[in-house]
Amino acid sequence: MSVDRRTFLKGAAVAAAAGAAEVQAAHPAPEPPSDAVGMLYDATLCIGCKTCVVACREANGLKPVTPDWTDGLWDAPPGLDEHTKNVIELYREGDEQSYVKRQCMHCVDPGCVAACPVKALEKRKFGIVTWDGDRCIGCRYCQVACPYEVPKFEWESPVPKIVKCELCLHRIEEGGQPACCEVCPRGAIIYGTRKELLAEAKRRIAAKPDLYVQKVYGEHDGGGTQVLYVSHVPFEKLGLPVLGERGAAAATRSVQGTIYKGFVAPVALYAILAGVIIRNRRSGGGEA
Amino acid sequence: MSHDTPAPVGGRIVSPFLSGLLGLMALAGLLLLWRFAAGLGAVTALNDGYPWGLWIAFDVVVGTALACGGYAVAILVYILNRGEYHPLVRPAVLTSALGYTLAGAAIVIDVGRYWNLFLIPVRPWTWNLHSPLLEVALCVMAYIVVLWIELSPALFEKWRASGDEARAQKGERWLGVWGKIAAFVIALGLLLPTMHQSSLGTVMMLAGHKLHPLWNTPMLPLLFLVSCIGMGYGVVIFESAVSGAVFGRPRHTAMLAKLSGAMVVVLGLYLVLRFADVVIRGKLGLLFRDGYSLLFWLEIALFAAPMVMLMDAGRRRNFPTLFRAATLMLLAGAVYRFDTYLVAFRPGAQWAYFPSLWEILITAGVVAVEIAAYIVIVKRFPVLAGGRSAESA
Repeated sequence: MSVDRRTFLKGAAVAAAAGAAEVQAAHPAPEPPSDAVGMLYDATLCIGCKTCVVACREANGLKPVTPDWTDGLWDAPPGLDEHTKNVIELYREGDEQSYVKRQCMHCVDPGCVAACPVKALEKRKFGIVTWDGDRCIGCRYCQVACPYEVPKFEWESPVPKIVKCELCLHRIEEGGQPACCEVCPRGAIIYGTRKELLAEAKRRIAAKPDLYVQKVYGEHDGGGTQVLYVSHVPFEKLGLPVLGERGAAAATRSVQGTIYKGFVAPVALYAILAGVIIRNRRSGGGEA
Repeated sequence: MSHDTPAPVGGRIVSPFLSGLLGLMALAGLLLLWRFAAGLGAVTALNDGYPWGLWIAFDVVVGTALACGGYAVAILVYILNRGEYHPLVRPAVLTSALGYTLAGAAIVIDVGRYWNLFLIPVRPWTWNLHSPLLEVALCVMAYIVVLWIELSPALFEKWRASGDEARAQKGERWLGVWGKIAAFVIALGLLLPTMHQSSLGTVMMLAGHKLHPLWNTPMLPLLFLVSCIGMGYGVVIFESAVSGAVFGRPRHTAMLAKLSGAMVVVLGLYLVLRFADVVIRGKLGLLFRDGYSLLFWLEIALFAAPMVMLMDAGRRRNFPTLFRAATLMLLAGAVYRFDTYLVAFRPGAQWAYFPSLWEILITAGVVAVEIAAYIVIVKRFPVLAGGRSAESA
C-alpha cells in the first residue's frame, strides 16, 4: 500500500483554509434559550438585611457559616463558599456605598459549561446551569473558567461536590420562585423570564436616569447572563468584571472548534504521518 | 555489539540512592492516604481562587512537556527521516512513558471525584467536545498506552536474548508483530502529543480576564506546542548527559550537537511567535509596566539564552555548553508553563496560593517513582545504546 504524501498535504491545506473561513460563521455567540428565566438585582433598593442569605440556606439545606468572631451566634459568611450559594457583600469608598448580591449569574454562554470535560455542568431547564454529581470528576476547571468565581469546591471532603446556586430549580419546577426573590422585603431581587426582567431593568433606568448607571449589567456582558444587575455605582466597583460582549467561552470555542472541526484535521494529520513514516521506513531511514 | 544497539546496563539494583528514593515514596504514600481520607484541603494549600496548584502546573503541565523527548526525537527520526538519531529514540520513549504515566497518576491524585475519571472513556455521551480539557484527558490516556507499546520491543528483545528457547521464540514472534504495526503506532505517538500539548495551552484561554493578557492569547496552543518540542530536545540532551555520567554510557556528543541545532530552530520560532502575538494583539504597552512585564522578559531571556549559546555550530560540540543550554531550555519551558497556569493567573486580591509542604513532598514522591523506575528499567532492559563492554571492544 503506497501513500501519496502530496495528496494528503493538499487535502490538509484545503481543509485548513476552509476551516479558517468558517471560524466566525460556525461559532456565532449563543442566544439565551427561549425559556430562559432569571433574576434582576437592583442595588439601589437593597438594604443589606441578608434575609435572602438565610432563605437560601433553608431552601437548599445549607448550614450557617459562623466565623470565630461571631461566637457561633451569627451567620456571617465572608463570601460565597461551599456552604453559601448566595451572599450579600458591601462595597464602600468614601461617601459612596452599595450592597451587592452574589450568586451564579447563569450565563448565556457559561465558561464553566464550556470548560467541563464531562458535561457535569450544563445549561438545562430554563437555561439554569446545574451540576450533575454522577458525571463530575472534580477537576475544578469550572472554577478556573468562571469569570465571577461562583463554583465552590468542598475542600475538606473526601467525596467533594461542586456547590453553586441553581436558581432554586426545585422550587421553580413546583411553580414557585427562588427563595431569595420570595423573601426580599424590598423587591431588590425579583424573579421572572429574562425578557421581562430586561424590559423592567430598562424601564427603571429610564424612569430615574439620574440615579442609575446607564447600563444593565448582564444584557451583553461576557455574552450575557440570565441574572441582571442595575446599580447606582459603577458595576466594576461591585466586583462585576468588565468582560466585553464575547466571553472567554466563545473565544476558546472558536480556537478549539476550528482545530477540531469534524475531526478532519486530526484524521488528515494521522494519515499524513503514517504515510510519511511508511515511506521513510521503506527507504531504510528509521528502522524500529 | 555495536555502539548503537540498546543493551541492559546491568549491575545491582539496590543502592543508597535508590533507598533514598524509596524513602521519599513511602512518605508520599502516607501523605496520599491522608489526602484520600480527609480531602484535598487537608494536605494542599489549594483554595476556591487557586483551584489548580503545584500538582497540575508542575506534575501534569510541566511534567508532560518534560516527557516530550519521545515525541521530539520521533519527529526527527521518522518524519524528517534522520535515521542517525535512532539510538536516542528508546531512552527518550522510556522517559516519555514514565513521565506521562506519572502525570496520569498525578491527575488521579488531584481530581476530587476520581471514581468518575475512570469512566470518561466508556461514557462518550458525556464528552464535551468543546472542552480543551476533555481533549487533553482522552489524548493523555491514549498516549500512555501508545508509549508503553512503543517501548515493548525492549521487553521482546530481552526475551529473545534470554537463552530460553520458548521465550526467545515468543520474543521473535512479537517483534515481528511490532514490525508490522510500528508505523501506525508511531504515527499515533506523533499525533496525540501534537493534539494534547497544544490543548494544554488552549485550556488556559478559558481563564479569560483572570489570566494576564500577556499570557492569554489565541496563540496559546501554538506556543505550548512549539515550546514542548524544544523541551523534548532539551530533555534528550539532559538525560544523555546524566545517564552518560551515571551509567558510563557513550554521550553521543556529535549527535547531540546536531540535535541542538534543531533546538535553535524551535527556540527561534517560539520567540518570533511570542513577540508577533504581543504586537498583533496590540499589547506592547504591557511590556514595560509592572511585575508581569518583568516576568515576561524573564521568560524571553530564558528562551533566548540557550538559542544564543547554541547559535554557533562550533560551540554546540562543547558538551558543558550543550548541557547548560539544554538545562536552560527546560527551565524556560517550565517557567512559561508555571506562569501561564499559576503566576499570571489572577483570581483576585483576596486569594493567595503557595504549595504546602505536603503538596511538595507528594510531588517529590511522584518524581522519585519516575527516577527509580528509570534506573530499574535501564539496568534490566535494553534501552540505552552501547555499553561499557561495547566501548572497550
